[in-house]
Amino acid sequence: MTQATAISFESVTKAFGDRHAPTLDTVSLAVRDQEFLAIVGPSGAGKTSLLRLVNRLDDPSAGTVRVDGEDVRTLDPVELRRRIGYVFQGVGLFPHMTVAENIGITPKLLNWDAARIDARVDELIDLVRLDRGEHRNRFPHELSGGEQQRVGVARAIAAKPRLVLMDEPFGALDPITRDVLGRDCRRLHEQLGLTTVMITHDMLEALLLADRIVVMRAGRIIADGTPRALMAREGDGYVQELMGPPRRQSEALRRLTNGEAP
Amino acid sequence: MTPDPRIAEALARLPDYLGGHVLVSVLALALGLAVSFPLALAARDHPNLRQLLLAAASIVQTVPGLALLALFYPFLLALGALAERTFGIGFSALGLLPSVLALALYSVLPVLRNTLAGIAGIEPAIAEAARGVGMTRNQSLFMVELPLALPVIMAGIRTAAVWVIGTATLSTPIGQTSLGNYIFTGLQTQNWIFVLFGCAAAAALALLVDQILGLIESGLRARNRTRVISGGVALAVIVLGGLLPAFAHPRAGYVVGAKTFTEQYILAALIDQRLNAAGLTAARREGLGSSVILNALADGEIDVYVEYSGTLWANQLHRNDVKPREEVLAAVSKWLADTKSITMLGGLGFENAYALAMRRDRAHALGIRSMADLVRSAPRLSIAGDYEFFARPEWAAISKTYGLAFREQRQMQPEFMYPAVAAGDVDVISAYSSDGLIAKYDLVVLDDPKHAIPPYDAILLVAPRRVNDAALIDAVRPLIGTIDVAAMREANLRASGGTDSSADAVARWLWDRIGKRNGVTQ
Repeated sequence: MTQATAISFESVTKAFGDRHAPTLDTVSLAVRDQEFLAIVGPSGAGKTSLLRLVNRLDDPSAGTVRVDGEDVRTLDPVELRRRIGYVFQGVGLFPHMTVAENIGITPKLLNWDAARIDARVDELIDLVRLDRGEHRNRFPHELSGGEQQRVGVARAIAAKPRLVLMDEPFGALDPITRDVLGRDCRRLHEQLGLTTVMITHDMLEALLLADRIVVMRAGRIIADGTPRALMAREGDGYVQELMGPPRRQSEALRRLTNGEAP
Repeated sequence: MTPDPRIAEALARLPDYLGGHVLVSVLALALGLAVSFPLALAARDHPNLRQLLLAAASIVQTVPGLALLALFYPFLLALGALAERTFGIGFSALGLLPSVLALALYSVLPVLRNTLAGIAGIEPAIAEAARGVGMTRNQSLFMVELPLALPVIMAGIRTAAVWVIGTATLSTPIGQTSLGNYIFTGLQTQNWIFVLFGCAAAAALALLVDQILGLIESGLRARNRTRVISGGVALAVIVLGGLLPAFAHPRAGYVVGAKTFTEQYILAALIDQRLNAAGLTAARREGLGSSVILNALADGEIDVYVEYSGTLWANQLHRNDVKPREEVLAAVSKWLADTKSITMLGGLGFENAYALAMRRDRAHALGIRSMADLVRSAPRLSIAGDYEFFARPEWAAISKTYGLAFREQRQMQPEFMYPAVAAGDVDVISAYSSDGLIAKYDLVVLDDPKHAIPPYDAILLVAPRRVNDAALIDAVRPLIGTIDVAAMREANLRASGGTDSSADAVARWLWDRIGKRNGVTQ
């Protein structure tokens, strides 16, 4: 893995009005190139707020966000968004567009010619393991939740971004679909050489998919390490609380596998 | 059983009336859309502007349709005069223009409201996704927000279309031909077949358009292209089908104007027939308001119509003194020529003066024979007048001269006043001296011993641009001085009901009668 930095947050604060505590409180974080980073934390921890600063869906109140070393405030937000893939919480597919039109939207905005978009859409339908004949001209409401999110992922990577942001992409899916789709995303991450930042509620998912996990709480980063390091970490507090279930589950599963009582 | 000839007559007028109705509705909707749609888009990011626009549109919606249409007339008249002075080009304040403007205003609210609601109703996650994939503000609007809001916008257009088509019937009194011509003519001539025909035609058109727009709307919701396209085709067929016969119709050479009551319809038909007999083509513009029609003549919107000397004397010359007939005629004629360049060809031979009438037995019981006799009983009696009457100087003159104060004053459609007085619902009504219903309901016209009411000779007026038009003038001159009040009263009575009561049939009868007496052959 290279050590170049894809995204850096430098003492970033985001506050809405004076009455509330800041949503993000002087957060600093560097995401390395081609890293798969998971951000874990409870609702209201500031995970989504942090992610939205990367492609300027929001701007920070203070501090600097850099993408590939460039301060995002110096970049045109529309162009920036077109070169960063974004998978939305709750999918966010355009209901009046077919699967193919949804996937091809960013290339279309980038003025690719129709033939190139078509070819790319086919390629992506294969890549996210949908069926060209069956799904290409369907509308989103005709698809299952898992299929919809596959389209969401395909749309995010359609214009060949090097950076993909995913905001709880599998939150609404059943456990099996979630597992399959998670592993597919990891496969795509490696196959395409992406830098991926994924927000999740689910520590187990983060442990199994990510190279590195950041734990956020109340607008601050309270832990940052590899899955292995977090599993081994000792002490108490919120991070230990978060690590409890996966540890107990893995121990129980290990015992089950060995024929002992869980 | 032979069908009622009035149905045939109604059908014969359908291409003209429907064409006018479709034209004014289509233009009004197009203008309304062209205004409200951009306004809605401009207001979508500005909550204050949005509130302001919706409030303004709602206020417009509360103005009664007829009032809104009528308000545009003086406004456009002033604007037209200003344009004439400033640029040397005037425009007509009558007919199509005020109708289209007023109806367009009516269509603004539903389109504005639904466009704003449609855009506001889009899921925030979808709007956010549009930003996230890299759309600009406009791309998001045109690629995502508007397509998604389209069914809601379409529902607004549908509401607007139904309102406009329904309200367009009210454009008749300001001179725009519409399906309302059936209703207004029918009401005036007690031709209920016309009234029903007009109501049914307007309702059918509104329903049909509503259903077609509904089809398009449902097609948009279900993303069903076939439904949208077939709806569009059906709509185009209706619009073209409505407009074509009207346009294919040869343009009439002359336009005969008529005010809003039976006698005027008969006289307009009579003039129309005389022009046809002379080989000229003519169209009628009926149901024009009293104040509108003189300006229409002066502007050349119409070429000829029958006015009443007393109306001009009181309303235009602002005289409230009473002079002998000849003197009033001379003064009116001179005033018309001097201020409007309008030619008065002469009097038709009868008067249609305002009068007060009562049921004969009631008048007898109260010992009332003249307006002067009313003084004692008036505080116990009720009086009904048409919509103009109590605002007219004649009423002011009568009530002042004779010192009349009635227990109650009511305003009614003229055709309802007579049955009302006959039934005893009111005691006294404002009547017209040439009205056939006076005889029909056995009413007495009260004398005017103090001459409070000016004379009301029926006079034939010709537009400034037709002053030297010998063909026109020769065709209508035979009418001058030939219609006595008895003939006119009978004609009016004939027109008040029955199968042969159409204005055209009565006009033929009237010509027959005055032609015979004058030894004129056709």
